[in-house]
Amino acid sequence: MKAFLARALPPLLSAVVFVALWHAWTQAFGIPAYLVPGPSEVLREAWENRADLLPASLVTLAGAVAGFLLSLAVGLAMALVFAQARWIRASLYPYAIFLQTVPIVAVAPLIVLWCGAGFASIVLVSFVLSIFPILSNAVLGLTRIHPELEELFALHDASRFQTLFKLRLPHCVPSVVAGAKVSAGLTVIGAIVGEFFAGYGAHTPGLGTLILQANGQMKTGLLFACVGASTLLGLCVFLATGLVAHLLLRRLEEPESRH
Amino acid sequence: MHDADFISSHRTALDFPDGTQALAGLDLSIGRGEVVSLVGPSGCGKSTLLRLVAGLLQPSKGTLTIAGMEPARARREGHACAFVFQSPTLLPWRTVEANLTLPLELLKLPRTARKARAQELLELVGLSEFRTSYPARLSGGMRMRVSLARALAARPKVLLLDEPFAALDDLTRSRLQEELLSLRVREEVTVLFVTHSVTESVFLSDRVLVLSPRPGRVVGEVAIPFGPERTPDLRSTAEFARLTGCVSRLLATGSAS
Repeated sequence: MKAFLARALPPLLSAVVFVALWHAWTQAFGIPAYLVPGPSEVLREAWENRADLLPASLVTLAGAVAGFLLSLAVGLAMALVFAQARWIRASLYPYAIFLQTVPIVAVAPLIVLWCGAGFASIVLVSFVLSIFPILSNAVLGLTRIHPELEELFALHDASRFQTLFKLRLPHCVPSVVAGAKVSAGLTVIGAIVGEFFAGYGAHTPGLGTLILQANGQMKTGLLFACVGASTLLGLCVFLATGLVAHLLLRRLEEPESRH
Repeated sequence: MHDADFISSHRTALDFPDGTQALAGLDLSIGRGEVVSLVGPSGCGKSTLLRLVAGLLQPSKGTLTIAGMEPARARREGHACAFVFQSPTLLPWRTVEANLTLPLELLKLPRTARKARAQELLELVGLSEFRTSYPARLSGGMRMRVSLARALAARPKVLLLDEPFAALDDLTRSRLQEELLSLRVREEVTVLFVTHSVTESVFLSDRVLVLSPRPGRVVGEVAIPFGPERTPDLRSTAEFARLTGCVSRLLATGSAS
């Protein structure tokens, strides 16, 4: 508990200082609320629109989690194919990098065109944005194995199946977890971007849709509240992934390296 | 096939795909139950030779047999072969017990048999209380003991050790050397031991083979007539000093030629 406080206190203090400065600045210079609303204004807007913000956050969370699970499943499946042979990697990996480099805002309208506005498109945009870290890390974990470990398995005439389940798959867990941590952050961004393009087709507006609306109506206070909610959502997803990662990997860590 | 050349190589050569010659015209014969050390300068192909015996590599020229058979076939026909690497190469996601029984799992032995063997092995290397620990929690010396015990799990007829103690501190190294000596008294096993340490080679083996720089071949050998029962005091006898001197001289002349 003491250690937790020691770690949590500095960022909390800097947040308090930041909010205080922000408040003082908007007050002292009389900045109009439609340009930069003060913190109290943002909180008021958030409270007044809680009936929209809370469901919107949950909708965005659902899109992000679905996109994340999809990239985890598809990323692992693709990595398993890639891990089978060097020639498969050589011929397909350059195109997998396409997933990383493609500008998502250019592809999102296409996805909406093909899948229609709504949840499916939002999940797909989030998926395209977040699959690459999982895929590339899983390929690394499945293939970059200490040669002596492979020799150990060869020496006991282990089958391809045994080597996959007893060596390659468990070996790739830490790298997949590392990739999943990166993807977890991207997946929330992906869901919000997806809602920009496809949110109007959903039953309940997500944070992305709400941001568009607030922006269109010059409700800067609400816009700020949406940004705050998105950030909090991303933080929650990040912390949750970190917790799962810790539970999965704690046995592999040296006692000295734990903090 | 005679017991005297249980492991036998004739004019064995190995070239790597990049053209380097690791071994050239290597002749050697090792008797059943013999403990033989291989010493030689770095990169002289000692580890490559172990991998040939294990059947992990195939000779480019010449032959190498175990009990008259190709190594890969010999190990499937009752002459199981185990390898102890320079690093412990444990699987970090498995407990000590599960690491020990990995070879048995790969051989598809039933669970009860694996459990029973794990018990024996844990006692053998004195790690019973660490049965359910993960490798991350063990010291370097303990990890190497697990690695040794894992190598013995499937009761191998041939035990290949590739500088297993090189990365350990002196005290741990001597303890493990003594454990290895007591193992050979208990288990019927032929041992090939690669090392950089002349004293280690003399202390542990019945015969020391000295290899030339790359491409490696045997340039001399020293018989070590101490028998299987040895105590740490042996290291301070005059005879021990004489034998290490012999090996060192062979190493020096072998490297010069």
